[in-house]
Amino acid sequence: MRHDVFIAGYGGQGVLLAGNLLSYAAIHEDKNVSFFPAYGVEKRGGSAMCTVVFSDGDTGSPVVGHPSVSIILNQLSFDKYAAKVRQGGICIVNSTLVKCDGVDLPDVNLVQVPMNQLALDLGDVRMVNMLACGAYAGKTGALALPSLEEALKKALPERNHRLIPANIAAIRAGAAAVQG
Amino acid sequence: MSEKLFVKGNEAVAMAAIEAGCRYYFGYPITPQSDIPEYLSRELPRLGGEFIQAESEIASINMLLGASATGVRCMTSSSGPGISLKQEGISYMAGSELPGVIVDIMRQGPGLGGIDASQADYFQATRGGGHGGYRIIVLAPNSVQEMYDLTMLAFDLSDIYRIPAMVLADSVIGQMKESITANPRPAVVVPEKTWAVRGRAEEAPQNVVKSLKLGDGEMEAFHWALHARYQELGEKESRWEEYLTDDAELIVTAFGSTSRIARTSVEAARNAGFKVGLLRPITLFPFPKQAYAALSRKCKRFLVMELSTGQMVDDVHLSVARDVEVGFYGRPPGAGSLPTPEELFEQIEKAYNN
Amino acid sequence: MKQVFSRPQSLKDVQTHFCPGCNHGTVHRLVAEAMDEFGIRGETIGVASVGCSVFLYSYFDVDVIEAPHGRAPAVATGAKRARPDRIVFTYQGDGDLAAIGTSEIIHAANRGEAITVIFVNNTTYGMTGGQMAPTTMVGQKTSTSPYGRDQHKDGYPIRMAELLAQLEGVGFSARVAVNSPKNVLQAKKMIKTAFRYQVEHKGFSFIEALSACPTNWGMNPLAANERVGSEMIPYFPLGVYRNTANM
Repeated sequence: MRHDVFIAGYGGQGVLLAGNLLSYAAIHEDKNVSFFPAYGVEKRGGSAMCTVVFSDGDTGSPVVGHPSVSIILNQLSFDKYAAKVRQGGICIVNSTLVKCDGVDLPDVNLVQVPMNQLALDLGDVRMVNMLACGAYAGKTGALALPSLEEALKKALPERNHRLIPANIAAIRAGAAAVQG
Repeated sequence: MSEKLFVKGNEAVAMAAIEAGCRYYFGYPITPQSDIPEYLSRELPRLGGEFIQAESEIASINMLLGASATGVRCMTSSSGPGISLKQEGISYMAGSELPGVIVDIMRQGPGLGGIDASQADYFQATRGGGHGGYRIIVLAPNSVQEMYDLTMLAFDLSDIYRIPAMVLADSVIGQMKESITANPRPAVVVPEKTWAVRGRAEEAPQNVVKSLKLGDGEMEAFHWALHARYQELGEKESRWEEYLTDDAELIVTAFGSTSRIARTSVEAARNAGFKVGLLRPITLFPFPKQAYAALSRKCKRFLVMELSTGQMVDDVHLSVARDVEVGFYGRPPGAGSLPTPEELFEQIEKAYNN
Repeated sequence: MKQVFSRPQSLKDVQTHFCPGCNHGTVHRLVAEAMDEFGIRGETIGVASVGCSVFLYSYFDVDVIEAPHGRAPAVATGAKRARPDRIVFTYQGDGDLAAIGTSEIIHAANRGEAITVIFVNNTTYGMTGGQMAPTTMVGQKTSTSPYGRDQHKDGYPIRMAELLAQLEGVGFSARVAVNSPKNVLQAKKMIKTAFRYQVEHKGFSFIEALSACPTNWGMNPLAANERVGSEMIPYFPLGVYRNTANM
């Protein structure tokens, strides 16, 4: 099984860390992983994005035109990339910052999670990316939550390991937010 | 089995260089390859090696020349604009039969261009790049694992054949992170560097590393000897990968990052019922002509895909049987011009139904 | 009978290609004598440049790397870093070192590379036939300054020994001449000091040797030697410009 996920937001939302976390979680599950940070002119405009592909076999193209899952953390990225999600795919949006009302994404499962709000409830707005990862795992089942939690040790620099419990709480909150 | 690591393509190059026994690096900063000097500036001093950030690309390639002449494994890396500056030194190294590894993480050009992925330096790399009529070994990894493995191979081939070797990738392969196994250095026997300048011990013959050849017939003989070595490289060291080519009517062919995108498109084409395969050259010099020739006797057409207006396509034309069709699809490098698998699938579909 | 004059061991017993009256031979000899005196022939790597000095390997009985034009200090840097226990010297002319290789010499010196640089300044490109060099005197006619070097268009002759002496990485910088027995003796001493810097790990050392090029100057050897004294030395004063170890 080959999974691809596209993550976009603005610089500072932890998009690349989220991509790294999902990658390490996939490695923990013995998958092959490709993590492709898109950069270039947009980087200067303050947006950040990356693609993660993981698979039991060959990961194939690190470039994905129509992702099966997109995680969108801000309005600008939503306007630009939401329509690219493939038919039958999932678009997980940070509904605190993204207004999806009236947007028609035919045959795409639009999952709204108020990530900034949930992060503030947890006491740290920087946890948006962890909530997003938890929501991804909870919604798709492509990665197990314990793998994500294990992956924190590798994705976070040593000096931030004291924050692992808070990150785990955020991952779990993200997963819980997309249940039922 | 070793533990899986999750590293950038550029970092894999630096790690592999160390594993290959390279302790000397000379370079100059340029995007998108600066992870390589950054990594080595941290690690080489700990290993008793030397890292020099030179005053220019010209100086760094000449430091490589000087270090290589003493017999050590050494490396430099850069991207297009810097590789252009290095051509003087690469030509001298070729003329002096010096090994050495040059990593080119391609960016756009001509000129300053931009930092997005490009394959438009194919000609520069595979045709030698500098003056005088020579070739260098060119390896084209398409994954972070291959960035690791082929960098080690580059050191071995360069030492064995006494030809500079280039690892040619682009910012997609250089910047992406993948899970890799840090394989140990292969047990390859490389000839002793009896030609190296080391300071003559008493009674040892004088060693001179030079490219000036003024003797009557000396230079001509040198060129023919190099030519023979290039032929030998082609026979012994051509490397390629075939994917679903057995019954393929259409062969898609691409190298490096494009081959990764194309592989997913080929898979999709197979799922759509098209008999399509992928041929990926791993060595760009020597170009694996034999693989193209063999497949061209079985398939109906080739479709070459590159991040340029077409360079490798020339080598494909030169390698295939005369009556086979060769099509081309290119996206010249630039922001927003990286093709998607869906886009390449459309091209495959078009070529297949043509 | 006591032998008072013989060929230095570090030089080969061959005839050079240098023109009559050329000072390269003298400078070669002084460098070889310094090597002999330190007993370093067997551990020395020479770096040849492009120009009349390219045939270094034909005359010096040491291992040699031939560098691209101007790049000898970068090549020497690579060699010395890879083999820090070896003595590495470059031998470069003025077109090589002070024009196309300005960047390489300044940065090798500034890094304080533990190498010795022998720089032969004869105010012209010798090998290519007497074109204007960065050291060509104001008013000097050459094949590319047929009306004489015009400082308003061509700039001024560059003083490398003084220029490099400004750099913190440099241990020793001196200018010598070989146009008279007295100057030859002084040059010998200075070249030996330059090698002593490397042998004793005291850092980068630089010798600028003023040299005659009778062929390209269109003079006989005697007149050429006189010109060194009358025209060059006043503009390129002899002396030690930096000597951090007080040798």
